[in-house]
Amino acid sequence: MTGGSQPAGHDGNGGGRQVVIRIRGLRNQFGQQVIHDGLDLDVFRGEVLGVVGGSGTGKSVLLRTIIGLNRPVAGTIEVLGRDMGSLDPAGLAAMQAQWGVLFQDGALFSSLTVLENVMAPMREHRDWPPALQRELAALKIRMVGLPANACGKYPSELSGGMRKRAGLARALALDPPLLFLDEPTAGLDPIGAGEFDQLIRSLQQSLGLTVFMVTHDLDSLAAICDRIAVLVDRRVVVDTMERLMQHEHPWIRSYFHGPRARAALPAARALEPAG
Amino acid sequence: MDGSADADDGGGPTGGAAGLRAGSEGGRLLLSPHGHWQGEAIGTLHRRVSGLELPQGGEAVVDLAGLASVDSAGAWLIHGLVAALERRGVAVSVRNADPHVAGLLDRVARIEPPAPQEMAPRIRPQWRTILERTGRATFTAFQAAGGLLSFLGATTLAVGATIRRPRRLRLTAFLFHIEHTGLNALGIVGLINFLIGLVLAYMGATQLAAFGAEIFAVDLVGIAVLREMGILLTAIIVAGRSGSAFTAQIGAMKAQQEIDAMRTIGVDPLDALVVPRLFALLLTMPALTLFGDLMGLLGGAIMGQLVLDIPVSQFLERLRDSVSVSTFLVGMSKAPVFAVIIAMVGCYEGLRAGSSAESVGTQTTRSVVESIFLVIVFDALFAIMYSYLGI
Repeated sequence: MTGGSQPAGHDGNGGGRQVVIRIRGLRNQFGQQVIHDGLDLDVFRGEVLGVVGGSGTGKSVLLRTIIGLNRPVAGTIEVLGRDMGSLDPAGLAAMQAQWGVLFQDGALFSSLTVLENVMAPMREHRDWPPALQRELAALKIRMVGLPANACGKYPSELSGGMRKRAGLARALALDPPLLFLDEPTAGLDPIGAGEFDQLIRSLQQSLGLTVFMVTHDLDSLAAICDRIAVLVDRRVVVDTMERLMQHEHPWIRSYFHGPRARAALPAARALEPAG
Repeated sequence: MDGSADADDGGGPTGGAAGLRAGSEGGRLLLSPHGHWQGEAIGTLHRRVSGLELPQGGEAVVDLAGLASVDSAGAWLIHGLVAALERRGVAVSVRNADPHVAGLLDRVARIEPPAPQEMAPRIRPQWRTILERTGRATFTAFQAAGGLLSFLGATTLAVGATIRRPRRLRLTAFLFHIEHTGLNALGIVGLINFLIGLVLAYMGATQLAAFGAEIFAVDLVGIAVLREMGILLTAIIVAGRSGSAFTAQIGAMKAQQEIDAMRTIGVDPLDALVVPRLFALLLTMPALTLFGDLMGLLGGAIMGQLVLDIPVSQFLERLRDSVSVSTFLVGMSKAPVFAVIIAMVGCYEGLRAGSSAESVGTQTTRSVVESIFLVIVFDALFAIMYSYLGI
């Protein structure tokens, strides 16, 4: 869509695909405990990257570090070609309009209605007239599959699945090119989780989003992720699901060949259009 | 809008700034959006689109060839333009949309905007809200009072059982709470009482000096501290630091389902949580009060020595003459009652917490307010009772 005049260093090493997030030598530690050490990761434009790993391997810490909620001990993170470590507050505010984040339980502001929640990023980052803000917020709410009457409701009046959808609508409020999801299907029943997966996939395709998704859900991985990043030994191993299934690392082996994986993956492969 | 009125803000038909060109082509209205219809440009584009003069009837073409990129807000504006034309009876055709843009347009076109009444929360008439809140608050207050009373009953039974079989008392928890409600409170209780003793002596002496009766400031400090101030201030501090801690601890356990887990294992939360706290407070409250009394008198004595020219020896002599043991005992007699109030309210409000972090906070606030309120009410009742008894 956009022209080829990108700043240097944007054309990544992944066969000429554009790198949206570039992490080099990332080190995170809390006290004596080292979470990430020398972690490198590239996220390409237009892909859905699933991030998996055992408990305590720092999946959410990685997400929080990229979006600037956690300052790394060492390493560089570039998002859309800009070095996150050297951003001033104004630069960070500009970056925040470039991504949307869906936290685990939606993290909606409890004192605002759903409509006002979705309008909150617009108020902060855009000088649109209130009527336009309301109109576009309502559009986002309808796009994530919420009924029209959800607009005027407060978060406490919504079910868990609806709260997640409302959180997704807020994440998409500014039409950001980048979307971060923290365990989007956790706490949903299997049917709701499947619908949410499909919603993310269809929005990703029609809006051309790049999605960074932390998840535990093997079904989501198989259904919507283009590549998977596995956190092991304080680094990531990134590849497609087919190739990761051949990987010899013991944790990756047991993850993709455990009984749950065997239940989830054949069904998933049937859904894939090709391959 | 015929002719070639052009509101282009620079840039060619492809790329560059976003804009909308309006012209005519073979008698039809030609609208060509161009540039990037996304992000911050949406505000300007919205003004441009809504400022457009649209014809009644006829034909129009929307040519998307110059559109470099579009997001869902941009697609919504284009869709709105097409819909507005169609409402005016214009036959609209859209051409040169690339598959991505066509898909997005189709997606937003299927969305029905919510009706205005669906956008805002339902608001009921003011008088009904006021009436409902008053009723609800009254009901909750009575319910809480009744609940507290039955909780007191259940705890009394648990206490009785513990007294019959002292081994039921959780010794570790009991000692832990003695340390936290008693030992750790010494500093603040001592300081506050000391300062109040200081203030009472100073205020009393400056007022009484008008009658040349400064020495009666000693009576004032002695009686006020021992009878009222010592116990009242101690109780308020304990309610603020220990009562709130009880509610927060038990409330957090309730929110984490620890209380449910206890019940399933067969541990009675009253035995495990409430009785040790109650016993600890029954022990520490009189001790803290005694300490507070002493610090209050010390404050008065120091003020007398330093500022009022009443030497400590004279202060003590006057104190012995003016204050009887019963004055001290009146103050101390309230300590166990206030201890029960603070422990009961603290534990009860903690057990009433819901499953959210927010409710633990609400309950803690409620617990402090209720226990301070009840402490002062009971203090007044004591005052009335003792004045009837002539003590």
